[in-house]
Amino acid sequence: MSDPSIRLGVDIGGTFTDVVLEMGSNQYSTKLLTTYTAPDDAIIEGTKRVCAQAGIKPSQIGQVIHGTTLATNALIERRGAKTALITTQGFRDVIEMRSESRFEQYDLNLTLPEPLLPRQQRYTLEERISAKGEVLIALNVAEVDALAEQIKSAGYESVAIGLMHSYLNSDHETQVRDSLAAKLPGLSISISSEVSPQMREYERFNTVVANAYIKPMMKSYLGRLGARFKDEGVLQPIFLMHSGGGIISIESAAEFPVRLVESGPAGGAVFAAHIAAKYGLDKVLSFDMGGTTAKICLIKNKTPKTSRVFEVARTYRFKKGSGMPISIPVIDMVEIGAGGGSLAHVDAMRQIRVGPESAGSEPGPACYGRGGDQPAVTDADLVLGKLDADNFAGGSIQLQTANAEAALKSVLGESLGMDVHTAAYGLAEVVDENMANAARVHAVENGEDLAEYTMIAFGGAAPLHAGRLCEKLGVDRLLIPAGAGVGSAIGFLRAPFSFEANRSVYMKLSAFNTKVIKNIFADLEAEATAFVRTCDATGEIFAEFKAYMRYAGQGEEIPIIVGAEQAAHPDAASFLQLFETDYINLFGRAVDGMDVEITVWSVNATTRVENAIAVNLSSKGERASASGKRKIFDPGVSETTDACVVLRDQLQTGSWVAGPAAITEDETTIIVPSSRTAIRQSDGCIDITTTG
Amino acid sequence: MTDQIHAVSHQVMWNRLISVVEEQAQALIRTAFSTSVREAGDLSAGVYDTKGQMLAQAVTGTPGHVNAMAESVGHFIRRIGYENILEKDIYVTNDPWEGTGHLHDITVVTPSFYQGSLVGFLACTAHVVDIGGRGFGADANSIYEEGLYIPIMKFAKQGEVDQTLIHLIRSNVREPDQVVGDFYALATCNEVGHQRLIDMMKEFHLTDLNGIANFILENSRRATLERINALPRAQASGSMRIDGYSTPVDIQVSLDIQQDRILCDFDGTSGLDKKGINVPLVYSKAYACYALKCAIAPEIPNNAASLAPFEITAPENTIVNALPPAPVALRHVIGHMIPDAVYNALDKILPDTVPAEGAGTLCNFQVSLRPRTDVQAPEDAVRAEVLTFNSGGSGARPRLDGMSATAFPSGVMTMPVEATEHTGPVIIWRKELRPDSGGAGKYRGGLGQYMEVGATDGHEFDFSAMFDRVDHPARGRQGGKSGAATVVQRADGTPMKGKGKQFVGAGDRVKLAFPGGAGYGDPADRNKELVLQDLARGYISSEVAKKDYGLTDTEVDSVAKSVSLGEAI
Repeated sequence: MSDPSIRLGVDIGGTFTDVVLEMGSNQYSTKLLTTYTAPDDAIIEGTKRVCAQAGIKPSQIGQVIHGTTLATNALIERRGAKTALITTQGFRDVIEMRSESRFEQYDLNLTLPEPLLPRQQRYTLEERISAKGEVLIALNVAEVDALAEQIKSAGYESVAIGLMHSYLNSDHETQVRDSLAAKLPGLSISISSEVSPQMREYERFNTVVANAYIKPMMKSYLGRLGARFKDEGVLQPIFLMHSGGGIISIESAAEFPVRLVESGPAGGAVFAAHIAAKYGLDKVLSFDMGGTTAKICLIKNKTPKTSRVFEVARTYRFKKGSGMPISIPVIDMVEIGAGGGSLAHVDAMRQIRVGPESAGSEPGPACYGRGGDQPAVTDADLVLGKLDADNFAGGSIQLQTANAEAALKSVLGESLGMDVHTAAYGLAEVVDENMANAARVHAVENGEDLAEYTMIAFGGAAPLHAGRLCEKLGVDRLLIPAGAGVGSAIGFLRAPFSFEANRSVYMKLSAFNTKVIKNIFADLEAEATAFVRTCDATGEIFAEFKAYMRYAGQGEEIPIIVGAEQAAHPDAASFLQLFETDYINLFGRAVDGMDVEITVWSVNATTRVENAIAVNLSSKGERASASGKRKIFDPGVSETTDACVVLRDQLQTGSWVAGPAAITEDETTIIVPSSRTAIRQSDGCIDITTTG
Repeated sequence: MTDQIHAVSHQVMWNRLISVVEEQAQALIRTAFSTSVREAGDLSAGVYDTKGQMLAQAVTGTPGHVNAMAESVGHFIRRIGYENILEKDIYVTNDPWEGTGHLHDITVVTPSFYQGSLVGFLACTAHVVDIGGRGFGADANSIYEEGLYIPIMKFAKQGEVDQTLIHLIRSNVREPDQVVGDFYALATCNEVGHQRLIDMMKEFHLTDLNGIANFILENSRRATLERINALPRAQASGSMRIDGYSTPVDIQVSLDIQQDRILCDFDGTSGLDKKGINVPLVYSKAYACYALKCAIAPEIPNNAASLAPFEITAPENTIVNALPPAPVALRHVIGHMIPDAVYNALDKILPDTVPAEGAGTLCNFQVSLRPRTDVQAPEDAVRAEVLTFNSGGSGARPRLDGMSATAFPSGVMTMPVEATEHTGPVIIWRKELRPDSGGAGKYRGGLGQYMEVGATDGHEFDFSAMFDRVDHPARGRQGGKSGAATVVQRADGTPMKGKGKQFVGAGDRVKLAFPGGAGYGDPADRNKELVLQDLARGYISSEVAKKDYGLTDTEVDSVAKSVSLGEAI
């Protein structure tokens, strides 16, 4: 009945649920509003729609891959289970004390983020493991029993167990879990040595608490979703996209739901990585700009850059430190409060500031005519001619230029002595500069030079701003793929089965222990492979080995990729060489005479994704015929230009247009600056390069 | 139209310069070896015009570099001389009076040349792990005992690093690889800034920074003066007494708000201490200025023009204007207390704005571990130095509680206990909030914290304390009560000193209770819901709930019941 070549990708985002069905080389997609009270409703409805488009029955679907923002939202909105934390005596307040820092230096009225669990829901046990993994204070069975009684009478649904140094020795955590499980069947339990076996108690405890907090809810949601699909005749297993850019089984997802956080954006990065592979690009900057935020990710050698910790639920202008850290394998993305709805104001220095406050979808930018009177990025785009008032979102919203002008004038123009047009130019330049600066700082942190990069842009607002961003960053080539509006869901279909296992074991190269390293890597490989096997019983599984290394005394490690040969037969000299090579790439020089230490080890087991079919680059064919002309302000040359307007769906492979131009489609408009030329490639990508 | 477009490009360039200094700072944080750079953000980076006027500065963890950085490039220009400033030169100093306040801070300045002409300077500062002498502590009697002193000089002459200097440094410090590594890291960080600066000049077709400098400084000056001139013209004085090293220290502040400027003077403040807690004026200026800016013009970025209207003065050889050869290594202990003293005066002019007093000084300590000497130590016993950064509670605000275990004014980050325990044979047995330490008030002071520190089997250690508020806890405002004082004890309860090196034998532990912030407003006016919440969370005990906030036994019992049911109040 079911056909393995028919695959369904489903992405639940904050506003929209995207569903993409792929049948061979055909793609069918739909966008529905997310149904918060029963998220599965929109999924089933969307599935029916794409099946109807494709002319198939849902029962023919061979595989479903799902990513969702539900886990993230539950953390942000604090809608989790009644959860208790059990931790080591003396460390009750780790998740509340954070790093003890203030993330904003000059705000006397700073409010710190509340921990997920208030203090009375955090319990302690007298026990202690040392930094060498030895038992300093043994677990007291009677105390555990008494605590189980308290947990029971308080009626907790879920328990997180996070004990000191458990990443080295998990015996106490597993004993407490087993004891609770025996006494309280049905209690949901998460232990930190399984959820996030990494050193640094604040990150690990917070991660296990987050996992426990959302586990009952996600488990029931995933169970319900499976049942709904079965009702529709979809009997094949459902898989989940995880934050690291791979897919896992529904059972693993239910056990470690915290790994689903940020799975949607991860899909976007995988989508961009796939385009990179098709075009044979080793250095890509993915740029995703929507209504409220922009996300930037470095993709090297067709692989998105990953990290072992990130922050969710930032409470203060996207500031580092204002959210909560989650230490899980994750695609490393920079998020900036810059989107189509981001609002502008004038600050005390009479400078235009944009975001992170956003007009959202209600009332939306002033030009939506729904009562918004603050100028948003979209208002500036409209006034500068980048958007066509009569053809926005396929003509579904009539934009009001007069409203946009009024908002720009009253908020920016009057106090700065600027005409409306210049105010719009200033607003757009500031938001583009903000994004460019974030990209530059991110590149510096990673020792990269963006001049060697190609940008791949998607998301509703990205095509309007990507061209200018490339000019600012000195990036010569920009690709805007087809299907960019449902990029994350398409990305799900391009992701491999994968699971990354990691562990903290401290080791200095001066005390290099071959046997220990072999064992760590072998254990991690077995653990990660076992997870992947639950998804794919037969396929070949590849392992990538990493050691997080630093000079002894430094605070941040860099991930060093270790070959399979080195993982099986490690030697200190090769490890040092690998580390120094990467260190020099990042920071310009090695430091002679310093000992090097390894803190975290990881193995990523992954199936191979079907090779991307290379795109044969088209040479310039016909000049595209313009459907009209439009006045568009081009900041690169600081003047208003006569740009030709071209319809994207009328472009043939090889047809081209020289900037200044606007390539329009239902969902968005691609702006081609005067400095660039755009050509349509055979896969529908618009390929924009520096002219001449 | 063109003028307007010019204004837009200037805005973009200003944003770019701020990004340049952030990139500089990031590069340093990731490459520096020093714990305090990484964990406490004890670094800074800035970009300057050819006159040495600071145009932009990275916002990092410590306000202590604010004015010091702003002024130091001027000293470099004066000492080196324009005629000797050549392309690819790099300059360096750790002069506490012309740099940032103690020998551990290395300041590196790099001239930026474009098309053969000097267009500006990049500067950065970081705290290195060691600078020789007695090591990091308050115990020196003069600057000569505090380590190697590097006057303003060339680190590299036209690209050639001075190997004699490197040799001298290597021979004088305990961790030569790390320290020299940090010198190079500072030089590289300026190089990153220089490249970015030149990229920007090319993009905007500039040949010099004069236009953008004027734009930044004019707008900043105007915005700052607007804020100052909106304040009442008034004078007020304030004071605060703190522990000091051997004798209590009085910090005396008088403020005078005038047209276009604020005068802040420390006349009446105690004289120098014999030990290294004295403060060079640049560092006092930084904290006084930081305090005033937070209250008056928080969002105006630091640069030469936004700092200029804050005129900070102090009589020579008071503890806040120590002159050579006074020892100054731990100048932060007094420096971190300056904002509370300034607020004591400012509150009289601007009521309802500034917080009550808090813990102030970071609760840092260093543990020097070694194999036990009283009996035969095990063979695997080792030596190690472990420095930790910790925070007490901050003071309650006019409309908000204080922040628990969160420093003000410093922006410290603590190190994870698990990471600390990997740096040496130390065990942190406890690190958690200290109930009842936040001063009672309509808004409660932030809680301090408990810590308990020992060594693993077979080790003993020296405990270097750097605490204050043992005898002088944070005082409340507007009827708010004091926060709890610092307590330092041995395991058996024997009191220890708040400052200085003390021996702790094998098997013994140090028990620490760090101070809480003070309360704001009358506790009787505290919202009942918040009192119940504090009790449920254990921020306050039932005794305090009854005594300070007037809860009845019934209310206390009902909270206890809800806690036993695991309810979040």
